[in-house]
Amino acid sequence: MIYEGKKKIWAEYQKEIPEDHYFYVRSCIRQSFFPASEATFLDITRNKLGKDIFETEHHTTCGGIAYHSDAIPQETAMTIIARQFALMKKYGYENYVCSCITSFGLYCETLETWREFPELQQKIAENLWKTCHLEFAKPKFLVHASDLIFKYRMQIAAKSKYKLVNKNTGEPLRVVEHIGCHYSKMFPSKGVGGAEYPYVLVGMIEAWGGQIVDYPERRHCCGFGFRQYFIKSNRGYSLANTHKKFESMEPFKPDMIITNCPGCPYFLDRWQYVIAETEGKTYGQDGHGIPVFTYEEVAGLVMGYDPWDLGLQTHQVSVEPLLDKIGIPYDPAKKYLGKNGKNLGQPEKPHCLK
Amino acid sequence: MGKLYDRLMKDYRLREGLNACINCGTCTAICPAAEFYRYDPRRIVDIVQHQDDAQIEELLKSDTIWYCGECLSCTTRCPRKNAAGLIIMALRSLSIQTGLFMESEKGRQMYLLCKDLNSNILNYGYCVYPRSFKYKEHLEAGVVWEWWEKNLEDVYERLGANLEKEGPGALRGIPQKDLDEIKRIYDITGATEMLENVKKAGLKKAEELGMTEEEYCQKLYTECSPKHFNH
Repeated sequence: MIYEGKKKIWAEYQKEIPEDHYFYVRSCIRQSFFPASEATFLDITRNKLGKDIFETEHHTTCGGIAYHSDAIPQETAMTIIARQFALMKKYGYENYVCSCITSFGLYCETLETWREFPELQQKIAENLWKTCHLEFAKPKFLVHASDLIFKYRMQIAAKSKYKLVNKNTGEPLRVVEHIGCHYSKMFPSKGVGGAEYPYVLVGMIEAWGGQIVDYPERRHCCGFGFRQYFIKSNRGYSLANTHKKFESMEPFKPDMIITNCPGCPYFLDRWQYVIAETEGKTYGQDGHGIPVFTYEEVAGLVMGYDPWDLGLQTHQVSVEPLLDKIGIPYDPAKKYLGKNGKNLGQPEKPHCLK
Repeated sequence: MGKLYDRLMKDYRLREGLNACINCGTCTAICPAAEFYRYDPRRIVDIVQHQDDAQIEELLKSDTIWYCGECLSCTTRCPRKNAAGLIIMALRSLSIQTGLFMESEKGRQMYLLCKDLNSNILNYGYCVYPRSFKYKEHLEAGVVWEWWEKNLEDVYERLGANLEKEGPGALRGIPQKDLDEIKRIYDITGATEMLENVKKAGLKKAEELGMTEEEYCQKLYTECSPKHFNH
C-alpha cells in the first residue's frame, strides 16, 4: 500500500467526534455473542478514562436486522429509531453512540432521508407521539462506538501494558482490519477515513504498535447478508464470502484480525471453524486459525485485561497463540470457569481446528 | 395492482437510490451476491429505470430480487450515486405488498424471516436473542456455542451481561411498557398488517401442500434449488 496516498484520502474524511457525554445504545448481535466487549467498552470509557456514557434499560433494538431482512417496513424501523433518539433527549443527551454497525448505517440512512424528505420526518414524529408520547429529536452528533475508541486511542496507548508486537522478534504484529459494510459504504463522510480506506481501525492498530496488512479483498463483505445467513439454505452465500476473504489474506500471513462490526467477528471466526472441519483447511500457523477480535477486545488486551474477562474463551478460533506472541499471561485452567470459579465443563474440541 | 413503477416510486428508497443509471456494471462487478448467485444488479436497475411494468412484475415474482445481501457495497462504487441495494429493498417490499413474493422459493422464505425476527423483537426487544438461537439449527456456531447454550445463564453472568434481569446491561429484560410501545409502532406503521399477510399466505401454501406449519417451516429452511447458483 502507498501509505502517503492513503493519508491524503484519510485527510478528506475527518468527522467531528465530541470528547464526552454520550447516550449509549447496545447491539443485538454484540450483546448475544460478545457481551464482554460491551462491558469492556463501558469500563474503559467510564472507569479508566472518566467519560460520561449513559445507558437506559428502556432502549430496544433499532430493528435494523429485521429491516435488512425485509421483515419490517421502512416506516416501522424509522419510528423505532425515532423512539431511541427521543430517549436520548429525554435523558438530557445530544450525542448518540451505538454499538452496532447495522444500526449506525441505518441511523445515517434515516437522518439523510428525513433531511431530504421533511414530510416523512413529520410523519415519523407524529407516529412517535401517537405510540409513545415522546418528543421527536435528532442527535447533534451520531458516532459508532469504534469512533470513540479511535478518538481515545492515544489515551488507551498511554495506559497500555502490552503492544501489538511479537515479543520474540520485536516486530509489529501483522493485523488485518475489517470494517463492517454499513459503517461507511453508503455514507463515506460519516466514517473516519471514508469507505475505501477507512482509518478508524487503522488508527487503533498504529497507536497500539501493530502493522496494517493490505490485501486484495480487504473491503469485501464478511458475508452476513441478513437473510443469507438466517435461512439455512442460503448460508452458503455467507460462507463463500468469508472464504474469499481468507483465501485473499492468507499469503500475507496475518497474526490477527480486528473488526468494528458485531456480526463480522462472529462470521470470520465461525466460518474458519466450518472451513477447517469440512475441508481440513486452516489459515493460521500449525493448524490454528487466524484469531478474530472486536476492537474492544483488542483495547482490553493492550490495557492488560484478563483474556477470559474479555470473553476470548467464547471464540471458536483459539486465541492462545496470539497471547503467547504478545506475551500476555493467561491461566488455561480458568478458561471455561463461570463466575466465582463455578465449573461449567468444557466445549468439545474441534476435530481439525486446533 | 396499479402501475407497478408508480407504486415503486412512492418508496423513498427508490427515490434515493435511482438517479440515472449508465449501465456500466460496476455494481455487478463489486457485488458479493453476483459472484455467488445468478444475479446481476445492473440488469435489475436497468429494468426499473425503463419503467416496464411487465418486466417489473416478472422481477417481483422471481428469485432474483432475493439474492442481494444488502451489504450496499454497490453504493460506494457507483459513479452516478445510485444505490442498487436500495432499489432491491423497494422491489422486495412491493413484492410482499402485492403477494408476488409467494411465486418464488427465495421469496417464500419471508414467512420464516417475519416469524423469527419479529417474535424476537416483540417478545424480547431484540432482533437476535440467544434463547431462540439454537445450536441444532446453527451447527456453524461451533462447539463453543453448544457449550455456551448448555450453560447460558452462567456464561452470560461470567461475561458481565444482565440476561433477563432488571436495569440496564447486555440482554437485560426490557420492561413490558417499552415492548408495548414497540407493538403500537408496529400497529400504526404497517408492520402488523404486513406480518399477518405474510403469515396468511404462508399458511395457505402449507395447506395446499398438505403440510403442517412445522413441516412447511422446515421445507422453507432447507429447500434450495441448484438453479440459483453461478457454479
